[in-house]
Amino acid sequence: MSGAEMEDENELAGILADQVNRLLADTATREVKRAAELGDWPAALWAGVEEAGLPLALVSEDAGGVGAGWAEAEVVMRAAGRHQAPLPLVETMLAARMLEGAGLPIPDGPMTLAPIPPGDALTLDGERLSGRASRVPWGGRAGHVVLLLEGEGGTAIVLAEPGEPVANANVAREPRDDLTWTEAVVQAAPTNLSAGDLRHWGAFARAAQMAGALEFVLAESVRYANDRSQFGRPLGKFQAVQQQLAALAGEVAAAGASVLAAARALDRGRAGFEVACAKIRCGEAAGKAAAIAHQVHGAIGFTQEHALHFATKRLWSWRAEFGGEAQWSQELGREMARLGADRLWPFMTGARGA
Amino acid sequence: MQDFRFTPLDLPPETEALRGEVRAFLDETIGHEPPVLRSRTWSRFDGAFSRKLGDKGWIGMTWPRAYGGHERSALERYVVLEELLAAGAPCSAHWTGDRQSGPLLLNRGTEEQRRRFLPGIASGEIFFCIGMSEPDTGSDLASVRTRADRTDGGYIVNGTKIWTSNAHECDHMIALLRTDTEVERKHDGLSQFILDLKAPGVTARPIRNLADEDHFNEVVFQDVFVPDDLLVGREGDGWAQVTSELAFERSGPERYLSSWILVEEMLRAAGPEPSERRAIALGRLVAHAAVLREMSLSVAGQLQRGEDPSLEATVVKDLGALLEQQIPEVAHELYEEEPTLEAASDLAQVTAYLVQAAPSFSLRGGAREILRGIIARGLGLR
Ligand SMILES: Cc1cc2nc3c(=O)[nH]c(=O)nc-3n(C[C@H](O)[C@H](O)[C@H](O)COP(=O)(O)OP(=O)(O)OC[C@H]3O[C@@H](n4cnc5c(N)ncnc54)[C@H](O)[C@@H]3O)c2cc1C
Repeated sequence: MSGAEMEDENELAGILADQVNRLLADTATREVKRAAELGDWPAALWAGVEEAGLPLALVSEDAGGVGAGWAEAEVVMRAAGRHQAPLPLVETMLAARMLEGAGLPIPDGPMTLAPIPPGDALTLDGERLSGRASRVPWGGRAGHVVLLLEGEGGTAIVLAEPGEPVANANVAREPRDDLTWTEAVVQAAPTNLSAGDLRHWGAFARAAQMAGALEFVLAESVRYANDRSQFGRPLGKFQAVQQQLAALAGEVAAAGASVLAAARALDRGRAGFEVACAKIRCGEAAGKAAAIAHQVHGAIGFTQEHALHFATKRLWSWRAEFGGEAQWSQELGREMARLGADRLWPFMTGARGA
Repeated sequence: MQDFRFTPLDLPPETEALRGEVRAFLDETIGHEPPVLRSRTWSRFDGAFSRKLGDKGWIGMTWPRAYGGHERSALERYVVLEELLAAGAPCSAHWTGDRQSGPLLLNRGTEEQRRRFLPGIASGEIFFCIGMSEPDTGSDLASVRTRADRTDGGYIVNGTKIWTSNAHECDHMIALLRTDTEVERKHDGLSQFILDLKAPGVTARPIRNLADEDHFNEVVFQDVFVPDDLLVGREGDGWAQVTSELAFERSGPERYLSSWILVEEMLRAAGPEPSERRAIALGRLVAHAAVLREMSLSVAGQLQRGEDPSLEATVVKDLGALLEQQIPEVAHELYEEEPTLEAASDLAQVTAYLVQAAPSFSLRGGAREILRGIIARGLGLR
């Protein structure tokens, strides 16, 4: 990309970010988030993002979508994380993209995708789906579930209505339901995506959401440190607090940079390395940043009333979803070990995705 | 609150040929050296190597040709730097001139100073060091006391600089000196000079560091005469000049590679089928390094576009030093052989060196706490 093209792209991304952030800031309120924790479906919030075309961002214009690339999708996903919108927005974005790729119809309304960790047993017999998918984000709430099943006859994308749900949740109380199907009639089509691709997409989406939630955590912490006074001056004047917040800012900056790199690599078509790096780096930033933010906020940040926990609980959850740091680091470490010490630096500096 | 901008940067494809050239050159010049020697990239002063680099046109790369530069882009310079550092080339001799003193003279020096010094820096023949710190002046740089008093046709310098890297090997020092003691603010009355370290009255004495290297020095000035034409910029403007110079120092888009050789050695020792524990730890380090490289590239891109990335560069330097210091820690956790310089394996030797060098990574060029203070101010906390 030339410098000028890059500037244009950044400008576009900036405009998009402003729009989405404004929309979500107005509608993803504390009350809406709290109600969602208690099980409400935020219908008005969903209507707003649907009207803005966000769920179909990654679908081509021909198929009724926005035709965005991963870099623009990252802007939306990051904003969704920044405002902790209690919706399967990123899940719908990914599910719709999977469906389009397989030539399946894209239904209206919220969708989700099944992460299918090892241990889930699912079988597709013609157009009949049986088995159990565990910890499906918003599984009981979504109108449709998209699954990727690898079988002897090849890999298929499946569009199903949610199976029988057993309600479950992550620590942020976002639904992560187990779904069971018994000979359910579904639509299926072959795909050239693999389960690995899907893991990358999921990990990327969670990393982008984390980067957004981290921005929120930093902004709130800085604001609080400037507003709250003790010993006759704002907390932000105390050097011990400043040092902590500077460290927090570093974590947030690294997380953001890692996700931008991953988005760019996805747009080029080969992103395994960058996505792994992003998931690892954002996960680590999540832990460190949440700890500092809570320390700076004192007891008020430890309450249900204060909004900080909507972000920090999501950080703790997203960190583990679609593979935590242990898993991604191990994979990456093994890959680098196979590559060998002498090829490590050339690999790091190579135009990997080009 | 100011947003940090880390816009991703793609290196232009033309830089790949240059990268290949640099690699071939390094393979030839230092490829045979043992890893423990290559892990000393920052402290190894090797004038002959610097001259070879100068011949290649890889010092002062971005400067005008009129001053011995090569008018290449900041991104080409970035590629050369990262290759030198990752390979562990001895960078200590030319480094300061290339990164700091040269740009200072380009920006603030007189035409005569530029013509006199820049071509020699770029060819790897003139080496500069930086005289900021003093026995009673560390982080609080504006408190410098070494004086330059007016005399006929110049100044007389008296005082002591300390921790000056390579002063015992260098020809010249850019020194921050007090030209006026009658000021209300200690930031006023400071000026920068080019000091000839071979002039009468200058003694540079190496101070052995804990790794048994002669790297930094105490430099004493006793009635040393400096002619007027070696004042840099304007008398009394020293503080403003030195802060923008430090921005160059910290904008160095490569502040995370000091321990890179050890990552390679750890990976080598782990073999193609590492244990779970080693795979996790090494994968994590690689992820950190890859993200820091993206951030560094972004800083390089901002420099290339003429923007001011000093805040972003400060963030990179802070995170970079954390990683550089963590790498030897991880080596301790993962490998059993006792790290000594005489150990059987390269891994244990490199660990032994870096564990000793590591404390300096968060001191030189601004201590961690000072960098974080700068970041905090950027966040709007002061
Ligand atoms: C290997 C090496 C090479 C060097 N090379 C050079 C060189 O070439 N030229 C040169 O001029 N200098 C050089 N230095 C010196 C370096 O710039 C100083 O070490 C650095 O500026 C810190 O100063 P100090 O060591 O006096 O520590 P101090 O300033 O005394 O600080 C000691 C500790 O106190 C902390 N501290 C100080 N002030 C504050 C504050 N306001 N708030 C919070 N914490 C604070 C610091 O962060 C640090 O942790 C070198 C140092 C090293 C280690």
